[in-house]
Amino acid sequence: MYPENFRYTKEHEWVKVEGAMATIGITHHAQSELGDIVYVDLPKVGTTVEQGKTFGSVESVKAVSDIYAPVSGEVTAINEALNTTPEKLNADPHGDAWLIKIKLSNASQVDSLMSTADYQAYLGS
Amino acid sequence: MIKKVRRHIVQDEPLLFEISSPGKKAYQLPELDVPAVDAVEALGAANVRSEIEGFPEVSEVENIRHYTRLSTWNFAIDLGLYPLGSCTMKYNPRINELVARTEGLAWGHPYQPEELSQGAFQILATLEKYLCECTGMDAITLQPAAGAHGEMTGLLLVRKYLESLGNPRKKVLVPDSAHGTNPATAAMVGYEVVSVKSNDHGMIDLAALEAATDEDVAALMVTNPNTIGVFERDIVKAAAILHAKGAQMYMDGANMNALVGICRPGDFGIDVMHMNLHKTFSTPHGGGGPGAGPVAIKKHLEPFLPVPRLKRIGRKYSHDYDRPQSIGKVRAFYGNFGVLVRALAYILAHGGPGLRNATIDALLNAQFIRKGLEPYFDLPVTEPTMHEVVFSHDRQEAKGVKTGDMAKRLIDYGFHAYTTSFPLIVHGAMMIEPTETEPKRELELFIDAMISIAKEVDEDPQLVIKAPHLTRTPRVDETLAARRPIVRWKP
Repeated sequence: MYPENFRYTKEHEWVKVEGAMATIGITHHAQSELGDIVYVDLPKVGTTVEQGKTFGSVESVKAVSDIYAPVSGEVTAINEALNTTPEKLNADPHGDAWLIKIKLSNASQVDSLMSTADYQAYLGS
Repeated sequence: MIKKVRRHIVQDEPLLFEISSPGKKAYQLPELDVPAVDAVEALGAANVRSEIEGFPEVSEVENIRHYTRLSTWNFAIDLGLYPLGSCTMKYNPRINELVARTEGLAWGHPYQPEELSQGAFQILATLEKYLCECTGMDAITLQPAAGAHGEMTGLLLVRKYLESLGNPRKKVLVPDSAHGTNPATAAMVGYEVVSVKSNDHGMIDLAALEAATDEDVAALMVTNPNTIGVFERDIVKAAAILHAKGAQMYMDGANMNALVGICRPGDFGIDVMHMNLHKTFSTPHGGGGPGAGPVAIKKHLEPFLPVPRLKRIGRKYSHDYDRPQSIGKVRAFYGNFGVLVRALAYILAHGGPGLRNATIDALLNAQFIRKGLEPYFDLPVTEPTMHEVVFSHDRQEAKGVKTGDMAKRLIDYGFHAYTTSFPLIVHGAMMIEPTETEPKRELELFIDAMISIAKEVDEDPQLVIKAPHLTRTPRVDETLAARRPIVRWKP
């Protein structure tokens, strides 16, 4: 369910780091708690996101929830497809429905995040 | 062929567009006895729009029947319990309407000379005085037209005040149990929103608050009792934490109906607050009339209140616009006057002891529902219940039934739904607020309905998951409506 090469936050975001680049999304647990997602608000390419600060929001039938950046960096791409098909976030939150890609400004921040085992234990608690 | 087999009011109702017939009119004007004026010539082409295409054309009786039939499909507080938590859907006493229809009030105009408005001014001044007394605050503006409008006015006052001290600051703290309007307001007024986690009792975590409060914080926006219906018993300590750093205490007075006559925000450290007259003071909600969100403040914020202020010299009232530090105007004229009249009628009809009784009854009714339903639904926060109670759907979710499903099933039992999925800190929230105006019999019917639904969840969950069954339209696809909204009718 939760890929081993991801790192996770307590606010239920995931990050996949590849060299100096990182892909960010929300977890399966997050989409399941939110219910049917109807709108995704993402930052513009070129803006910077800061670890622990909100960079966008996800709206479901129930509520609007902030998304927090797991790590800091500059946004290099956003998942435009979510504008027209937000339901992808319910179907494939760990794959097709990634939210943003960033260029890391401080790679060591990744060490502060939860491993897959830690995150699963956190969900179970 | 017999076409009409059911009473009119249970027939489906076409849109007016669908019964439109060219040339029909709902009015008849006398023959024009003066030369016709060409609108384009008189007003300029830029100010005249071409005919609206497809505008429905129906007769008066068709128009009247259409809306009268639709009105019979509504649920209303006059039909039964409306337990929409946080919204305080209390009965609107008819005395309010009687007073608001007094000729001189109903036909008064804000442009009439001040000498002719003295009675209206006296009403506003009296309401200001009583609301200050209820809240323990020093001064008040009646102008904001709704709760969120009041929030924005209140935070603008905070900002202007802090600016006058040299630094408007950067952040506003908002508990994670807050109404969504609180962070939205803070963002609109230019502040960064910082969420403060609640503790296991559903209250502000003082340690988290202390850690979050620094010299960049402009204010904490707190709701008391909070959205879980629990009194923030550490509110005085919270105020001390904020005040020690020079920050302000903003109170969202949405739940003021749990306090009136018992305790006063001005006495527990609040600097600025709004209240919703359409909640606590029984004026109509939504379609029944506009709202009103007066903002009450402590003395140090008074110079910044919106213009005009009511001024009294001797026995004469007038409007005072000469307020150099004011944040300016927030509303045309002096607020929603008709609503303000109704609120004053409510206050005077109750009197002090009556208002206190209303508060006690609101708390008693919520307790009654909590005790009746506690054996059947999970109650994550067990602190003493004030005016509303928040259950969780956790027990029913094991059978695949969620808060929204049970709310829809409640419609089949003849009640309005409770509030679903809010506050966010309660998993699968079922938020129930009966208000003081419900008789015991109605509360018992509601409790019986909820118990019956809990049993249905055990025995036949699909019955609840597919509800409602007795409404004109079955379950609508809310997700599709939100993802692909169609906002304009087309043939």
